[in-house]
Amino acid sequence: MVFVSRSRAKSPWIFQVNAASCNGCLIELLAALSPRYDAERLGCVLVGSPRHADILVAMGPVTSKTLPVLVRAYRQMPEPKVTVALGTCAVSGGVFVGSHVFEGPVGKVLPVDVYIGGCPPKPEAILRGLMKAAEKLEGVRG
Amino acid sequence: MEVGRRLTRLPFGPLHPATKEPALLMLTVDGERVVEAELRLGYVYRGIEALAQTRNIVQVLHLVERVCGICSHAHPFCYVQAVESVAGIEPPGRALYIRTIVAELERLQNHLLWMGVLGYQLGFTALFMYAWRVRESVLDILEEMTGNRIMRGVNAIGGVRVDLSDRVKAKMEALVKDARKWAAFLSDVLHDKTVEARLAGVGVLTRSDAVSTGAVGPTARASGVDFDVRRDYPHAAYEDLRGAFSVPVLSSGDALARAEVRVAELAESANLLEAALDTLPSDRRSPPPPHRVLREVPEGESVAKVEAPRGELFYYARTDGKGFLKRLRIRTPTLANLPALAVMLKDVELADVPAVYASIDPCISCTERVLVVDARSGAWRETSLRELGKGCGAAC
Repeated sequence: MVFVSRSRAKSPWIFQVNAASCNGCLIELLAALSPRYDAERLGCVLVGSPRHADILVAMGPVTSKTLPVLVRAYRQMPEPKVTVALGTCAVSGGVFVGSHVFEGPVGKVLPVDVYIGGCPPKPEAILRGLMKAAEKLEGVRG
Repeated sequence: MEVGRRLTRLPFGPLHPATKEPALLMLTVDGERVVEAELRLGYVYRGIEALAQTRNIVQVLHLVERVCGICSHAHPFCYVQAVESVAGIEPPGRALYIRTIVAELERLQNHLLWMGVLGYQLGFTALFMYAWRVRESVLDILEEMTGNRIMRGVNAIGGVRVDLSDRVKAKMEALVKDARKWAAFLSDVLHDKTVEARLAGVGVLTRSDAVSTGAVGPTARASGVDFDVRRDYPHAAYEDLRGAFSVPVLSSGDALARAEVRVAELAESANLLEAALDTLPSDRRSPPPPHRVLREVPEGESVAKVEAPRGELFYYARTDGKGFLKRLRIRTPTLANLPALAVMLKDVELADVPAVYASIDPCISCTERVLVVDARSGAWRETSLRELGKGCGAAC
């Protein structure tokens, strides 16, 4: 179904999981949706349920308490899905490596397709990452 | 219990579209009405205070900056004050002014951000878009001045890492004028009939409740508690700028008052910025290099507090004289405001819960250092809001 996969890539819906992030990445993700950067022109909409989403944006060092929440949200997403690790903490753990509740970066618990580095990444970088994720969605048959 | 009354437990979170951050609000509802609210925390607990004991004093500066991405200046601002008072380091006057200026810019961007989030919760997306668009101009100036939009790394122990160029200063002066316009416009928006209908009389916190739950910042000031760290315990350049700003206090204590206080603070921050730029001292001096700081900070303990955008932020630091911390304690404004939230949410319509929740401007990532360990069983559990209130005398 070329039509379906094309529409998915032209309108990727985002679900964000704040896995113990400091909010820095979260507000930059929201800033990317605000008028200056306007991710909505790429068709990106922030949705309230993982069941509606195509892209999972995970932020923050995964802690023992957010780990089950993150995995549950990922499992609830329909296929095909793309995971984006947003920010240094999600990529590597950042300053929180060594904490007694640190379970490892997002890449250790979920298959990650796009990494966006930076503490926090600028909205331009987030837009680029979301576009990469949308490209990946287009390549997936479904 | 009345006959025929059925109470339902309704979890609100941990991943809920209205609460961007993971926090679980356990609501007990009778039909559409909230009877009781309990906040369960622990999702964003990252063990920062424990981590701080494993890193040296200069490294901790970068760690505390990442307690919260929204008030990423208030945390290191408070931390350096605590360490400087242990070490007896006097930062140059210009550095104190620059810290103050960045703190006020941060308050501007935080209140605009919050205004947008409130609009979003009310289903008023145009307000979100407006507030976040004008917020970008504050971030542009911060980026030009410090090189980063969010994690700005302005503070260093004994000074600041950045200077204020004339170009940035001129831009800030233009921003002050804009900020006054935004405040006037947002004040109009708040008195729009629809917005007023959603906020007026909703989530009322009386003055006595605000005092007994220990609320701080704009949340307390909207309930008639006249307290502001910047005026009552002046630090950095606030001592000199005392005459330049007033503290807006309202008495109605509802969600509308909390919004109005923040809009009035936008204008006050603009006044403060203007006065600080006018009287900026010119004693440029670099902070001492990190290796010297590590050698020179003696053993000792100290406290510091600043007025973060959400209210009083408190730091306690005890150093070991070898460049490390024996203990760091952080008390954030949201932690102080959460017991007040439980009071506000009583008897609120379910549809108003996001608006009331947003009206205290909760920052869960700031707050998450509360974990109760049962010493006998060794079991960990998160504290509920009610227990937190009970233990407040001893634990906080």
